[in-house]
Amino acid sequence: MNNSKMQQLLSQGKFLVTGEIGPPKHANPERIIKHATELKDYVDAINLTDNQTAVVRLSSIAASVHVLQAGVEPIMQMTVRDRNRIALQSDLLGAYSLGIRNVLCLSGDHQSFGNHPMAKNVHDVDSIQLIQIVKNLRDKKIFSCGEELKGQEPRFFIGAAANPFADPFEFRVLRLEKKINAGADFIQTQVVFDMERFEQFMAMVRKRGLHKEAYIIAGVMPLKSARAAKFMQQSVAGITVPEDIIKRMERADDPKQEGIAICVEQIKHLQKIEGVAGVHIMAVMWEDIIPTIVKEAGLHNR
Amino acid sequence: MIVAESKPLTEVANLIDNAKKVLIVGCSGCVTVCMSGGQKEVGILASKLRLLRKKEGNPLETVEVTLTRQCDPEYVETLKKYVTDDIDVIISMACGVGVQFLAERYNKWVVPGLNTKFAGGTTEHGVWEERCGLCGECILYKTGGICPIIRCSKSLLNGPCGGSQEGKCEINSEIPCAWQLIYDRMQALGRLDLLMEIQPPKDWSKSRDGGLRKVVREDVKLDE
Repeated sequence: MNNSKMQQLLSQGKFLVTGEIGPPKHANPERIIKHATELKDYVDAINLTDNQTAVVRLSSIAASVHVLQAGVEPIMQMTVRDRNRIALQSDLLGAYSLGIRNVLCLSGDHQSFGNHPMAKNVHDVDSIQLIQIVKNLRDKKIFSCGEELKGQEPRFFIGAAANPFADPFEFRVLRLEKKINAGADFIQTQVVFDMERFEQFMAMVRKRGLHKEAYIIAGVMPLKSARAAKFMQQSVAGITVPEDIIKRMERADDPKQEGIAICVEQIKHLQKIEGVAGVHIMAVMWEDIIPTIVKEAGLHNR
Repeated sequence: MIVAESKPLTEVANLIDNAKKVLIVGCSGCVTVCMSGGQKEVGILASKLRLLRKKEGNPLETVEVTLTRQCDPEYVETLKKYVTDDIDVIISMACGVGVQFLAERYNKWVVPGLNTKFAGGTTEHGVWEERCGLCGECILYKTGGICPIIRCSKSLLNGPCGGSQEGKCEINSEIPCAWQLIYDRMQALGRLDLLMEIQPPKDWSKSRDGGLRKVVREDVKLDE
Protein backbone atom coordinates (compact mmCIF):
# COMPACT_ATOMS: atom_id res chain seq x y z
CA MET A 1 0.00 0.00 0.00
CA ASN A 2 1.34 3.42 -0.95
CA ASN A 3 1.65 5.96 1.80
CA SER A 4 0.76 9.61 1.74
CA LYS A 5 3.13 11.51 -0.52
CA MET A 6 2.29 14.67 1.33
CA GLN A 7 3.40 13.08 4.61
CA GLN A 8 6.73 12.11 3.02
CA LEU A 9 7.35 15.63 1.75
CA LEU A 10 6.52 17.18 5.09
CA SER A 11 8.76 14.76 6.96
CA GLN A 12 11.58 15.71 4.59
CA GLY A 13 11.10 19.30 5.66
CA LYS A 14 9.75 20.53 2.35
CA PHE A 15 7.59 23.67 2.51
CA LEU A 16 4.29 22.27 1.32
CA VAL A 17 1.86 23.89 -1.11
CA THR A 18 -1.70 22.64 -1.27
CA GLY A 19 -4.57 23.84 -3.40
CA GLU A 20 -8.30 23.37 -3.23
CA ILE A 21 -11.03 22.42 -5.67
CA GLY A 22 -14.72 22.75 -4.92
CA PRO A 23 -16.54 19.91 -6.73
CA PRO A 24 -19.36 20.91 -9.10
CA LYS A 25 -23.11 20.90 -8.49
CA HIS A 26 -23.56 18.25 -11.17
CA ALA A 27 -22.25 14.85 -12.15
CA ASN A 28 -19.65 15.86 -14.74
CA PRO A 29 -16.06 15.62 -13.43
CA GLU A 30 -14.40 17.41 -16.38
CA ARG A 31 -13.71 20.63 -14.50
CA ILE A 32 -12.16 18.81 -11.54
CA ILE A 33 -9.85 16.91 -13.90
CA LYS A 34 -9.00 20.10 -15.82
CA HIS A 35 -8.06 21.99 -12.63
CA ALA A 36 -6.12 19.06 -11.23
CA THR A 37 -4.14 18.80 -14.44
CA GLU A 38 -3.42 22.55 -14.43
CA LEU A 39 -2.28 22.46 -10.80
CA LYS A 40 -0.32 19.23 -11.06
CA ASP A 41 3.14 20.82 -11.31
CA TYR A 42 2.45 23.59 -8.83
CA VAL A 43 0.95 21.99 -5.73
CA ASP A 44 1.82 18.94 -3.65
CA ALA A 45 -1.77 18.02 -2.90
CA ILE A 46 -5.30 19.28 -3.51
CA ASN A 47 -8.17 19.50 -1.02
CA LEU A 48 -11.56 18.36 -2.24
CA THR A 49 -14.30 19.99 -0.26
CA ASP A 50 -17.20 18.02 1.22
CA ASN A 51 -20.42 19.81 0.22
CA GLN A 52 -18.95 23.14 1.27
CA THR A 53 -21.33 25.77 2.63
CA ALA A 54 -23.79 22.86 2.91
CA VAL A 55 -24.59 22.97 -0.80
CA VAL A 56 -25.05 19.60 -2.51
CA ARG A 57 -22.09 18.86 -4.75
CA LEU A 58 -20.29 15.90 -6.27
CA SER A 59 -18.92 13.94 -3.31
CA SER A 60 -15.44 14.59 -1.95
CA ILE A 61 -14.58 10.88 -2.24
CA ALA A 62 -15.43 10.75 -5.94
CA ALA A 63 -13.74 14.11 -6.58
CA SER A 64 -10.61 12.82 -4.78
CA VAL A 65 -10.52 9.79 -7.06
CA HIS A 66 -10.75 12.02 -10.16
CA VAL A 67 -7.83 14.10 -8.85
CA LEU A 68 -5.84 10.97 -8.09
CA GLN A 69 -6.41 9.68 -11.61
CA ALA A 70 -5.21 13.03 -12.96
CA GLY A 71 -1.93 12.37 -11.15
CA VAL A 72 -2.29 14.63 -8.12
CA GLU A 73 -2.51 13.65 -4.49
CA PRO A 74 -5.93 14.39 -2.99
CA ILE A 75 -6.78 15.55 0.53
CA MET A 76 -10.33 14.35 1.06
CA GLN A 77 -12.34 16.64 3.29
CA MET A 78 -14.84 14.91 5.51
CA THR A 79 -17.46 16.68 7.61
CA VAL A 80 -19.52 15.23 10.43
CA ARG A 81 -22.57 17.24 9.40
CA ASP A 82 -24.15 14.71 7.04
CA ARG A 83 -22.98 11.29 8.19
CA ASN A 84 -23.10 9.36 11.43
CA ARG A 85 -20.25 7.21 12.73
CA ILE A 86 -21.42 4.24 10.66
CA ALA A 87 -21.36 6.15 7.37
CA LEU A 88 -18.13 8.01 8.24
CA GLN A 89 -16.21 4.81 8.96
CA SER A 90 -17.68 3.08 5.92
CA ASP A 91 -16.59 5.99 3.71
CA LEU A 92 -13.12 5.98 5.28
CA LEU A 93 -12.71 2.32 4.38
CA GLY A 94 -14.05 2.95 0.89
CA ALA A 95 -11.89 6.02 0.31
CA TYR A 96 -8.74 4.21 1.38
CA SER A 97 -9.58 1.28 -0.90
CA LEU A 98 -9.75 3.78 -3.78
CA GLY A 99 -6.24 5.07 -3.08
CA ILE A 100 -7.02 8.15 -1.00
CA ARG A 101 -4.40 8.66 1.71
CA ASN A 102 -5.14 12.04 3.31
CA VAL A 103 -8.28 13.08 5.15
CA LEU A 104 -9.17 16.45 6.65
CA CYS A 105 -11.66 16.05 9.51
CA LEU A 106 -14.14 18.91 9.84
CA SER A 107 -17.36 19.91 11.60
CA GLY A 108 -18.79 21.32 8.36
CA ASP A 109 -20.67 24.52 7.65
CA HIS A 110 -24.11 24.57 9.22
CA GLN A 111 -26.90 23.42 6.91
CA SER A 112 -28.70 26.75 7.33
CA PHE A 113 -26.07 28.32 5.00
CA GLY A 114 -26.73 25.91 2.18
CA ASN A 115 -29.38 25.02 -0.35
CA HIS A 116 -31.17 22.56 1.92
CA PRO A 117 -31.66 24.57 5.12
CA MET A 118 -34.55 22.29 6.08
CA ALA A 119 -32.27 19.25 6.28
CA LYS A 120 -31.69 17.43 9.57
CA ASN A 121 -28.04 17.72 10.56
CA VAL A 122 -26.33 14.67 11.97
CA HIS A 123 -23.46 15.68 14.28
CA ASP A 124 -23.41 12.19 15.77
CA VAL A 125 -19.71 12.80 16.46
CA ASP A 126 -17.74 16.05 16.36
CA SER A 127 -14.58 16.78 14.38
CA ILE A 128 -12.26 15.89 17.27
CA GLN A 129 -14.04 12.59 17.78
CA LEU A 130 -13.72 11.92 14.03
CA ILE A 131 -9.95 12.49 14.26
CA GLN A 132 -9.84 9.94 17.06
CA ILE A 133 -11.91 7.47 15.03
CA VAL A 134 -9.54 7.75 12.03
CA LYS A 135 -6.53 7.36 14.32
CA ASN A 136 -7.95 4.33 16.11
CA LEU A 137 -8.79 2.66 12.81
CA ARG A 138 -5.20 3.20 11.71
CA ASP A 139 -3.14 2.69 14.87
CA LYS A 140 -5.26 0.39 17.00
CA LYS A 141 -7.20 -1.32 14.21
CA ILE A 142 -10.46 -0.82 16.07
CA PHE A 143 -13.78 0.65 15.03
CA SER A 144 -15.44 3.41 17.03
CA CYS A 145 -17.46 0.77 18.93
CA GLY A 146 -14.26 -0.97 20.05
CA GLU A 147 -14.64 -3.92 17.70
CA GLU A 148 -11.46 -5.16 16.08
CA LEU A 149 -10.85 -4.40 12.41
CA LYS A 150 -9.68 -7.64 10.84
CA GLY A 151 -7.79 -7.18 7.60
CA GLN A 152 -6.38 -4.09 5.92
CA GLU A 153 -6.80 -1.00 8.08
CA PRO A 154 -7.12 2.44 6.47
CA ARG A 155 -3.79 4.19 7.05
CA PHE A 156 -4.70 7.83 6.61
CA PHE A 157 -2.51 10.87 7.13
CA ILE A 158 -4.89 12.75 9.42
CA GLY A 159 -5.68 16.41 9.04
CA ALA A 160 -7.67 18.88 11.07
CA ALA A 161 -8.61 22.53 10.74
CA ALA A 162 -7.72 25.40 13.03
CA ASN A 163 -9.18 28.87 12.96
CA PRO A 164 -6.96 31.43 14.69
CA PHE A 165 -9.51 34.14 13.85
CA ALA A 166 -12.50 32.70 15.65
CA ASP A 167 -13.31 33.19 19.32
CA PRO A 168 -12.62 32.62 22.15
CA PHE A 169 -9.10 33.42 20.92
CA GLU A 170 -7.24 31.93 23.89
CA PHE A 171 -9.11 28.66 23.46
CA ARG A 172 -8.11 28.35 19.80
CA VAL A 173 -4.64 27.10 20.64
CA LEU A 174 -6.01 24.75 23.30
CA ARG A 175 -8.47 23.37 20.78
CA LEU A 176 -5.61 22.86 18.32
CA GLU A 177 -3.79 20.97 21.06
CA LYS A 178 -6.88 18.83 21.64
CA LYS A 179 -6.99 17.99 17.94
CA ILE A 180 -3.33 17.01 17.99
CA ASN A 181 -3.89 14.94 21.13
CA ALA A 182 -6.79 13.25 19.37
CA GLY A 183 -4.49 12.26 16.50
CA ALA A 184 -4.15 15.07 13.96
CA ASP A 185 -0.90 14.81 11.97
CA PHE A 186 -1.36 18.01 9.99
CA ILE A 187 -3.38 21.17 10.39
CA GLN A 188 -4.77 23.46 7.71
CA THR A 189 -5.73 26.86 9.04
CA GLN A 190 -8.50 29.23 8.08
CA VAL A 191 -7.51 31.88 5.54
CA VAL A 192 -4.96 34.28 7.02
CA PHE A 193 -5.49 37.97 6.29
CA ASP A 194 -4.78 39.33 9.75
CA MET A 195 -1.07 38.52 9.95
CA GLU A 196 -0.64 40.15 13.35
CA ARG A 197 -3.21 37.88 14.95
CA PHE A 198 -1.76 34.88 13.16
CA GLU A 199 1.72 35.70 14.48
CA GLN A 200 0.24 35.92 17.96
CA PHE A 201 -1.45 32.56 17.46
CA MET A 202 1.77 30.94 16.22
CA ALA A 203 3.68 32.32 19.20
CA MET A 204 1.19 30.57 21.48
CA VAL A 205 1.48 27.41 19.35
CA ARG A 206 5.29 27.45 19.69
CA LYS A 207 5.07 28.10 23.41
CA ARG A 208 3.15 24.85 23.78
CA GLY A 209 5.45 23.05 21.33
CA LEU A 210 2.54 22.15 19.07
CA HIS A 211 4.40 22.97 15.83
CA LYS A 212 6.66 20.02 16.62
CA GLU A 213 3.76 17.63 17.05
CA ALA A 214 1.84 18.41 13.87
CA TYR A 215 2.57 20.13 10.55
CA ILE A 216 0.81 23.47 10.43
CA ILE A 217 -0.19 24.62 6.96
CA ALA A 218 -1.43 28.20 6.79
CA GLY A 219 -4.40 29.10 4.60
CA VAL A 220 -4.24 31.97 2.10
CA MET A 221 -6.71 33.31 -0.41
CA PRO A 222 -6.19 35.69 -3.34
CA LEU A 223 -8.80 38.46 -3.32
CA LYS A 224 -10.41 39.40 -6.63
CA SER A 225 -11.86 42.78 -5.69
CA ALA A 226 -12.44 45.22 -2.84
CA ARG A 227 -16.03 44.03 -2.79
CA ALA A 228 -14.94 40.44 -2.27
CA ALA A 229 -12.64 41.60 0.54
CA LYS A 230 -15.49 43.46 2.24
CA PHE A 231 -17.78 40.49 1.84
CA MET A 232 -15.21 38.25 3.53
CA GLN A 233 -14.80 40.81 6.29
CA GLN A 234 -18.48 41.29 6.99
CA SER A 235 -20.33 38.17 5.96
CA VAL A 236 -18.13 35.11 6.32
CA ALA A 237 -18.14 33.61 9.80
CA GLY A 238 -14.68 32.97 11.19
CA ILE A 239 -12.71 35.18 8.79
CA THR A 240 -11.27 38.59 9.62
CA VAL A 241 -9.91 41.00 6.99
CA PRO A 242 -7.91 44.00 8.28
CA GLU A 243 -8.80 47.48 7.03
CA ASP A 244 -5.42 48.06 5.34
CA ILE A 245 -6.05 45.12 3.00
CA ILE A 246 -9.48 46.50 2.11
CA LYS A 247 -7.90 49.92 1.43
CA ARG A 248 -5.17 48.42 -0.74
CA MET A 249 -7.79 46.60 -2.79
CA GLU A 250 -9.90 49.79 -3.09
CA ARG A 251 -6.94 51.91 -4.24
CA ALA A 252 -5.63 49.38 -6.75
CA ASP A 253 -5.94 50.13 -10.50
CA ASP A 254 -5.98 46.40 -11.17
CA PRO A 255 -7.61 44.77 -8.14
CA LYS A 256 -7.00 41.21 -9.35
CA GLN A 257 -3.29 41.94 -9.73
CA GLU A 258 -3.24 43.56 -6.31
CA GLY A 259 -5.02 40.55 -4.82
CA ILE A 260 -2.36 38.26 -6.26
CA ALA A 261 0.40 40.57 -4.98
CA ILE A 262 -1.06 40.58 -1.45
CA CYS A 263 -1.37 36.80 -1.52
CA VAL A 264 2.24 36.37 -2.65
CA GLU A 265 3.47 38.77 0.06
CA GLN A 266 1.52 36.79 2.64
CA ILE A 267 3.00 33.50 1.48
CA LYS A 268 6.51 34.96 1.70
CA HIS A 269 5.76 36.25 5.18
CA LEU A 270 4.30 32.91 6.30
CA GLN A 271 7.39 31.06 5.08
CA LYS A 272 9.43 33.00 7.61
CA ILE A 273 7.25 32.16 10.59
CA GLU A 274 8.73 29.38 12.68
CA GLY A 275 6.40 26.40 12.78
CA VAL A 276 4.59 27.05 9.50
CA ALA A 277 5.13 23.95 7.38
CA GLY A 278 3.38 25.08 4.23
CA VAL A 279 0.60 27.08 2.66
CA HIS A 280 -2.86 26.09 1.56
CA ILE A 281 -4.06 28.26 -1.31
CA MET A 282 -7.82 28.56 -1.37
CA ALA A 283 -8.88 30.04 -4.68
CA VAL A 284 -12.25 28.43 -5.15
CA MET A 285 -13.81 29.65 -8.43
CA TRP A 286 -10.36 31.03 -9.32
CA GLU A 287 -8.36 27.81 -9.29
CA ASP A 288 -6.42 28.69 -12.47
CA ILE A 289 -4.63 31.54 -10.67
CA ILE A 290 -2.82 29.12 -8.34
CA PRO A 291 0.14 28.45 -10.74
CA THR A 292 0.78 32.21 -11.04
CA ILE A 293 0.78 32.65 -7.27
CA VAL A 294 3.05 29.64 -6.73
CA LYS A 295 5.52 30.94 -9.34
CA GLU A 296 5.52 34.50 -8.01
CA ALA A 297 6.04 33.23 -4.48
CA GLY A 298 9.10 31.35 -5.72
CA LEU A 299 7.67 28.02 -4.70
CA HIS A 300 7.70 26.49 -8.17
CA ASN A 301 10.31 23.79 -8.80
CA ARG A 302 11.38 23.68 -5.22
CA MET B 1 -41.36 23.10 31.21
CA ILE B 2 -42.54 21.97 27.80
CA VAL B 3 -42.91 25.11 25.68
CA ALA B 4 -45.50 25.17 22.93
CA GLU B 5 -47.14 27.76 20.71
CA SER B 6 -50.49 27.96 18.93
CA LYS B 7 -50.86 26.67 15.43
CA PRO B 8 -52.17 29.36 13.06
CA LEU B 9 -55.98 29.64 13.13
CA THR B 10 -56.36 28.71 9.46
CA GLU B 11 -54.36 25.54 10.02
CA VAL B 12 -56.55 24.50 12.95
CA ALA B 13 -59.66 25.35 10.92
CA ASN B 14 -58.39 23.03 8.17
CA LEU B 15 -57.58 20.29 10.66
CA ILE B 16 -61.18 20.13 11.91
CA ASP B 17 -62.41 20.17 8.32
CA ASN B 18 -66.19 20.23 8.24
CA ALA B 19 -66.81 19.21 11.85
CA LYS B 20 -70.07 20.45 13.38
CA LYS B 21 -69.10 20.05 17.01
CA VAL B 22 -65.60 20.07 18.47
CA LEU B 23 -64.28 19.44 21.94
CA ILE B 24 -61.39 21.78 22.72
CA VAL B 25 -59.26 20.47 25.57
CA GLY B 26 -56.78 22.65 27.43
CA CYS B 27 -54.11 21.65 29.92
CA SER B 28 -53.27 23.38 33.19
CA GLY B 29 -49.65 22.21 33.12
CA CYS B 30 -46.74 23.63 31.15
CA VAL B 31 -48.83 25.10 28.33
CA THR B 32 -50.81 27.21 30.78
CA VAL B 33 -47.55 28.60 32.18
CA CYS B 34 -46.25 29.38 28.71
CA MET B 35 -49.61 30.86 27.76
CA SER B 36 -50.44 28.67 24.81
CA GLY B 37 -52.91 25.98 25.87
CA GLY B 38 -54.55 26.89 29.16
CA GLN B 39 -58.19 27.72 29.90
CA LYS B 40 -57.80 31.23 28.54
CA GLU B 41 -56.30 30.11 25.23
CA VAL B 42 -58.96 27.40 24.88
CA GLY B 43 -61.62 30.11 25.15
CA ILE B 44 -59.89 32.31 22.60
CA LEU B 45 -59.46 29.50 20.05
CA ALA B 46 -63.10 28.41 20.52
CA SER B 47 -64.47 31.89 19.85
CA LYS B 48 -62.16 32.47 16.87
CA LEU B 49 -63.19 29.18 15.28
CA ARG B 50 -66.89 29.89 15.88
CA LEU B 51 -66.55 33.36 14.39
CA LEU B 52 -64.71 32.07 11.34
CA ARG B 53 -67.31 29.38 10.70
CA LYS B 54 -70.16 31.83 11.28
CA LYS B 55 -68.71 34.07 8.57
CA GLU B 56 -68.54 31.06 6.27
CA GLY B 57 -72.18 30.26 7.01
CA ASN B 58 -71.23 26.93 8.51
CA PRO B 59 -71.72 27.37 12.26
CA LEU B 60 -69.57 25.40 14.67
CA GLU B 61 -70.46 24.23 18.15
CA THR B 62 -67.64 24.11 20.67
CA VAL B 63 -67.26 22.46 24.05
CA GLU B 64 -64.38 23.77 26.17
CA VAL B 65 -62.73 21.80 28.95
CA THR B 66 -59.35 22.28 30.61
CA LEU B 67 -57.82 19.30 32.43
CA THR B 68 -55.37 19.50 35.32
CA ARG B 69 -52.86 17.60 33.16
CA GLN B 70 -53.30 15.81 29.85
CA CYS B 71 -50.17 13.71 30.43
CA ASP B 72 -51.87 11.81 33.25
CA PRO B 73 -54.47 9.07 32.59
CA GLU B 74 -56.26 9.94 35.82
CA TYR B 75 -57.17 13.40 34.51
CA VAL B 76 -57.68 12.23 30.92
CA GLU B 77 -60.39 9.90 32.32
CA THR B 78 -62.32 12.88 33.70
CA LEU B 79 -62.88 14.06 30.13
CA LYS B 80 -65.13 11.04 29.47
CA LYS B 81 -68.43 12.80 30.14
CA TYR B 82 -67.66 15.44 27.49
CA VAL B 83 -66.70 12.95 24.79
CA THR B 84 -70.25 12.43 23.58
CA ASP B 85 -71.31 10.77 20.32
CA ASP B 86 -71.94 14.10 18.61
CA ILE B 87 -68.33 15.28 19.04
CA ASP B 88 -66.73 15.11 15.58
CA VAL B 89 -63.21 16.19 16.49
CA ILE B 90 -61.18 16.72 19.69
CA ILE B 91 -58.63 19.54 19.59
CA SER B 92 -55.94 19.01 22.21
CA MET B 93 -54.26 22.20 23.31
CA ALA B 94 -51.57 20.38 25.25
CA CYS B 95 -48.09 19.36 24.14
CA GLY B 96 -47.67 16.31 21.92
CA VAL B 97 -47.93 14.09 24.98
CA GLY B 98 -51.43 15.33 25.75
CA VAL B 99 -52.58 14.89 22.15
CA GLN B 100 -51.43 11.26 22.23
CA PHE B 101 -52.89 10.48 25.64
CA LEU B 102 -56.29 11.74 24.45
CA ALA B 103 -56.01 9.78 21.19
CA GLU B 104 -55.04 6.62 23.09
CA ARG B 105 -58.02 6.92 25.43
CA TYR B 106 -60.81 8.10 23.13
CA ASN B 107 -62.01 6.66 19.88
CA LYS B 108 -62.28 10.08 18.22
CA TRP B 109 -60.35 12.07 15.65
CA VAL B 110 -57.86 14.01 17.81
CA VAL B 111 -55.86 16.91 16.34
CA PRO B 112 -53.16 19.14 17.86
CA GLY B 113 -53.95 22.81 18.44
CA LEU B 114 -50.33 23.63 19.30
CA ASN B 115 -46.85 23.10 17.98
CA THR B 116 -44.72 21.63 20.76
CA LYS B 117 -41.40 23.45 20.65
CA PHE B 118 -38.92 22.41 23.32
CA ALA B 119 -38.04 21.94 26.98
CA GLY B 120 -37.12 25.36 28.26
CA GLY B 121 -38.04 28.29 30.42
CA THR B 122 -38.92 31.97 30.51
CA THR B 123 -36.02 34.39 30.13
CA GLU B 124 -38.12 37.53 30.09
CA HIS B 125 -41.84 38.19 29.96
CA GLY B 126 -43.07 36.81 26.64
CA VAL B 127 -39.80 35.06 25.77
CA TRP B 128 -39.11 31.35 26.22
CA GLU B 129 -35.80 29.68 25.48
CA GLU B 130 -34.72 26.09 25.01
CA ARG B 131 -32.41 24.63 27.62
CA CYS B 132 -32.63 20.85 27.54
CA GLY B 133 -32.28 18.45 24.61
CA LEU B 134 -33.76 15.54 26.58
CA CYS B 135 -30.81 13.41 25.42
CA GLY B 136 -31.19 10.87 28.18
CA GLU B 137 -27.72 11.14 29.72
CA CYS B 138 -26.92 14.45 31.32
CA ILE B 139 -23.42 15.82 30.82
CA LEU B 140 -23.97 19.27 32.33
CA TYR B 141 -21.38 18.52 35.03
CA LYS B 142 -18.74 18.53 32.29
CA THR B 143 -19.65 21.88 30.81
CA GLY B 144 -20.29 24.14 33.75
CA GLY B 145 -24.06 23.76 33.61
CA ILE B 146 -24.46 24.90 29.98
CA CYS B 147 -25.74 22.30 27.52
CA PRO B 148 -23.76 22.02 24.26
CA ILE B 149 -26.06 19.30 22.93
CA ILE B 150 -28.95 21.67 22.47
CA ARG B 151 -27.39 25.12 22.67
CA CYS B 152 -24.57 24.54 20.19
CA SER B 153 -26.06 24.38 16.70
CA LYS B 154 -23.71 21.50 15.87
CA SER B 155 -23.99 19.74 19.27
CA LEU B 156 -20.20 19.81 19.56
CA LEU B 157 -18.76 18.18 22.67
CA ASN B 158 -15.13 19.28 22.43
CA GLY B 159 -15.20 23.04 22.07
CA PRO B 160 -16.33 25.73 19.64
CA CYS B 161 -16.21 25.32 15.86
CA GLY B 162 -14.46 27.86 13.65
CA GLY B 163 -17.63 29.90 13.26
CA SER B 164 -17.73 31.33 16.77
CA GLN B 165 -17.16 35.06 16.61
CA GLU B 166 -17.54 37.73 19.25
CA GLY B 167 -19.56 35.34 21.36
CA LYS B 168 -22.10 34.60 18.65
CA CYS B 169 -22.94 31.48 16.69
CA GLU B 170 -22.15 31.48 12.98
CA ILE B 171 -25.71 30.72 12.03
CA ASN B 172 -27.29 33.79 13.59
CA SER B 173 -25.93 36.81 15.42
CA GLU B 174 -28.90 36.56 17.83
CA ILE B 175 -27.73 33.17 19.08
CA PRO B 176 -24.98 33.12 21.70
CA CYS B 177 -22.20 30.61 21.03
CA ALA B 178 -22.73 27.91 23.67
CA TRP B 179 -19.02 27.17 23.75
CA GLN B 180 -18.12 30.80 24.37
CA LEU B 181 -20.52 30.69 27.33
CA ILE B 182 -18.99 27.42 28.53
CA TYR B 183 -15.45 28.77 28.12
CA ASP B 184 -16.22 31.97 30.01
CA ARG B 185 -17.90 30.10 32.83
CA MET B 186 -15.19 27.46 33.16
CA GLN B 187 -12.58 30.20 33.21
CA ALA B 188 -14.47 32.10 35.90
CA LEU B 189 -14.75 28.91 37.95
CA GLY B 190 -11.08 28.02 37.38
CA ARG B 191 -11.98 24.75 35.66
CA LEU B 192 -10.57 25.26 32.14
CA ASP B 193 -8.56 22.06 32.59
CA LEU B 194 -11.79 20.08 32.24
CA LEU B 195 -12.22 21.38 28.69
CA MET B 196 -8.91 19.82 27.65
CA GLU B 197 -10.26 16.30 28.18
CA ILE B 198 -11.33 14.74 24.89
CA GLN B 199 -14.98 13.82 25.22
CA PRO B 200 -15.75 10.52 23.48
CA PRO B 201 -18.65 10.14 21.05
CA LYS B 202 -21.95 10.33 22.86
CA ASP B 203 -24.12 7.29 23.42
CA TRP B 204 -27.17 8.37 21.45
CA SER B 205 -28.93 5.08 22.20
CA LYS B 206 -30.05 6.82 25.39
CA SER B 207 -31.54 9.62 23.33
CA ARG B 208 -34.40 9.57 20.83
CA ASP B 209 -32.82 7.12 18.44
CA GLY B 210 -34.20 3.92 19.93
CA GLY B 211 -37.95 4.36 19.62
CA LEU B 212 -40.12 5.13 22.60
CA ARG B 213 -38.17 5.57 25.83
CA LYS B 214 -39.49 4.39 29.14
CA VAL B 215 -38.61 5.03 32.77
CA VAL B 216 -39.67 2.29 35.18
CA ARG B 217 -39.47 2.87 38.92
CA GLU B 218 -40.05 -0.34 40.84
CA ASP B 219 -40.04 1.60 44.09
CA VAL B 220 -43.11 3.61 43.17
CA LYS B 221 -44.99 0.97 41.16
CA LEU B 222 -48.20 -0.29 42.76
CA ASP B 223 -48.23 -4.00 43.50
CA GLU B 224 -51.06 -5.86 41.85
